[in-house]
Amino acid sequence: MLDIIRTRMKQGHRTMAFPDQVPSLPERFRGRPAVDASKCIDGCRACADACPTEAIDVTDNLSLDLGKCVFCTACVEACPEGAIAYTQDYRMAVNTRGQLVLDGPGLELAQRMGDELFRVLGRALRLREVCAGSCNGCDLDTNVLNTVGWDLSRFGIQFVASPRHADGLLVTGPVTKNMEHALMETYAAVPKPKIVIALGACAISGGPYRGSHAVNDGADRLLPIDLYIPGCPPHPLTILDGLLRLVGRIK
Amino acid sequence: MAAAAYPSRGLVLRNGDDASLSDLPVLKPEDFTAWVLDGRARGGRLAQLFGRRAHDGGVTVYAFVAYDADGVVEVSATHLGAAHGFGRLEYPSISEQWPAAQAFERELAEQYGVTPLGHPWLKPLRYHATDTGAPAPWGPFDANKVIPGDYPFYRVEGDEVHEVAVGPVHAGVIEPGHFRFQCHGEDVLHLEIMLGYQHRGAEKLLVHPNRTRGAIVAETIAGDTSIGHATAYCMALEALAGVAVSARAHAIRGIALELERLANHVGDLGALCNDVAFLPGASYLGRLRGDFLNLTLEICGNRFGRNLVRPGGTAFDISPSLSDTLRKRLEALQPEVLDVLDMMFSQSSVLARFEGTGALSEQQADEIGLVGPAARACGCTRDVRQDFPFGMFQFSHIPVANETTGDVYARAVVRWLEVQRSIEFLLEHMGTKPAGGTFAPMRTFRPNALAIAMCETWRGEAMHVAFTNAAGDLDFVKVKDPSIHNWFGLALAMRGTPISDFPLCNKSFNLSYAGHDL
Ligand code: SF4
Repeated sequence: MLDIIRTRMKQGHRTMAFPDQVPSLPERFRGRPAVDASKCIDGCRACADACPTEAIDVTDNLSLDLGKCVFCTACVEACPEGAIAYTQDYRMAVNTRGQLVLDGPGLELAQRMGDELFRVLGRALRLREVCAGSCNGCDLDTNVLNTVGWDLSRFGIQFVASPRHADGLLVTGPVTKNMEHALMETYAAVPKPKIVIALGACAISGGPYRGSHAVNDGADRLLPIDLYIPGCPPHPLTILDGLLRLVGRIK
Repeated sequence: MAAAAYPSRGLVLRNGDDASLSDLPVLKPEDFTAWVLDGRARGGRLAQLFGRRAHDGGVTVYAFVAYDADGVVEVSATHLGAAHGFGRLEYPSISEQWPAAQAFERELAEQYGVTPLGHPWLKPLRYHATDTGAPAPWGPFDANKVIPGDYPFYRVEGDEVHEVAVGPVHAGVIEPGHFRFQCHGEDVLHLEIMLGYQHRGAEKLLVHPNRTRGAIVAETIAGDTSIGHATAYCMALEALAGVAVSARAHAIRGIALELERLANHVGDLGALCNDVAFLPGASYLGRLRGDFLNLTLEICGNRFGRNLVRPGGTAFDISPSLSDTLRKRLEALQPEVLDVLDMMFSQSSVLARFEGTGALSEQQADEIGLVGPAARACGCTRDVRQDFPFGMFQFSHIPVANETTGDVYARAVVRWLEVQRSIEFLLEHMGTKPAGGTFAPMRTFRPNALAIAMCETWRGEAMHVAFTNAAGDLDFVKVKDPSIHNWFGLALAMRGTPISDFPLCNKSFNLSYAGHDL
């Protein structure tokens, strides 16, 4: 017992002050990419060819689909003009799929869920996570929000064991053919009204597994999505920021 | 490549070797099975067994028997199919006598419709149609109708025997799998583990025309083993290209690999605390895990080490000032982590739940081919870093951590020891990296060749085997995550154990679903 108390004193208080204070991120952290089409040379498609997940389109104007991006730097290395660069901005969650297609420096961040939903779910959001073929990276960095440093429950958001206790689903992974049935059954078991969050490149577009015969290329092929959180995996700060936007704790 | 000085009929390879496919001995199906079983008699370990579609429409089956004491892997093959005069796709099963082959042979049946004759329990491993369109031994697969879980589970009948089904969606934020327990009262008589839900066709994408895609898929075979799998994948490609990775890149890969081990071991020890309701340990270790992940974030901008290891070296360097930062942070973390672990391992409430729970013997571990910390907890000393040294571990050794009781306690202690040794290793090497660049450009691949690469990931031995065709294109990569050996270990460990100890046993193995399902 004494050693537990002693260790407790040494460990101290570790919960971060977010959202009042944002923890610092290291220099090499890759946040939201920014694209600047004015730098493009006519006919150049070096970035699009280098991109491993076909996230970049140069047919009309340069655009980058954040939902497909795995944050690998291949485009940055390929572009001689620096038309694509990573920023340090960890905020990336949006409400609609189209908002993830970047063609300039900015991004329209997610808004609070609608009034009707907010009245029912806004103050205590219970989520059931369904891992539908993820590599486990997205799940691990979601789980981190339950550790003492992040302490997700102080915001009234919790992960629950049963879909019957949940207000919505948080889906990770590209939705493998073999998980499709279980995902749909779990969704059906969540009482209405309900929301769905697609977390990570896989759940949004198939990510690294896009195009594989064994997957569905993301959850929005099967379910209506209320919040998209891009990344591979998204940093816990990105996930928390997205969740808090959805419940209106951050505007 | 070493000459076949070994008294056997296999091709002898060391870790990171490449060889011409024409040098590979091809045996008759019966001789092939006999050769593999003879390998067991000679102290070998079945490191991998898999099939690959042959150009003539048949299937070539390759077996890799590892001799840990000699640091070599022996390989041989057999051709199956009409073109070879053997008629049907079949050969005498190895599993019947050597259980270590059971999952590999199920995979073979599932991917190519090959029947290992006499396999004691042939059934799907991941649930998908065969790659060749050939019928699997259990009949045609109807992708529209059949879902994983729909197969005859092993059942125990009798008074007071009951069945418990769990999954695929579990209570926590974790990966899907299905567990079917046959229980007598509280005690588990048998557990059958049915996976396949995570199958996403990873191996095929490793041979993608966009080279970066292959590396990214390798990093996500098991998200918590990004460095381990990326290292093995890159080593195999580098061998085929004849590219020598710089000593500095080896050092950076080694550092990242040990950081990955630290983060995962610390996280697992915390989760074990949680499963026995020792919340102080769970809280502190849960946080400390993040501190180790954040060190990797400093190196490459991603907590899991994505984008660090690339064919030819590493995409990021560690500058002297970054080295300094990392060393200082490690020095601060070392006493914190060791203090919490000392506290954890001195709690009688923790030890009482760990000791004697879910025990495996050394003999069982050998029979099923257990690897990694789970094997080292049973008294087996295997560790790729020691037996088949690669990269940085060729020059610098980490002592192997061992226990003998094979229970949850032993699996926890092995992690505890490895945490200490990895930190010491990192502190020693962080500041003393060899000079030079971190990246050597890749060259064309040697045609008609294969290369093997093994890496001791935090979960155990990962092995990638890469093949090229006559044009020198990469045409097949076979991946083995250590989990494929170890899931069966968890099932065995549960025998006679109360079902309420399942979470604890499960966590003490902490196996990958994604890595198994691929
Ligand atoms: S998005 Fe990336 S981290 Fe998340 S599951 Fe997919 S591969 Fe893994």
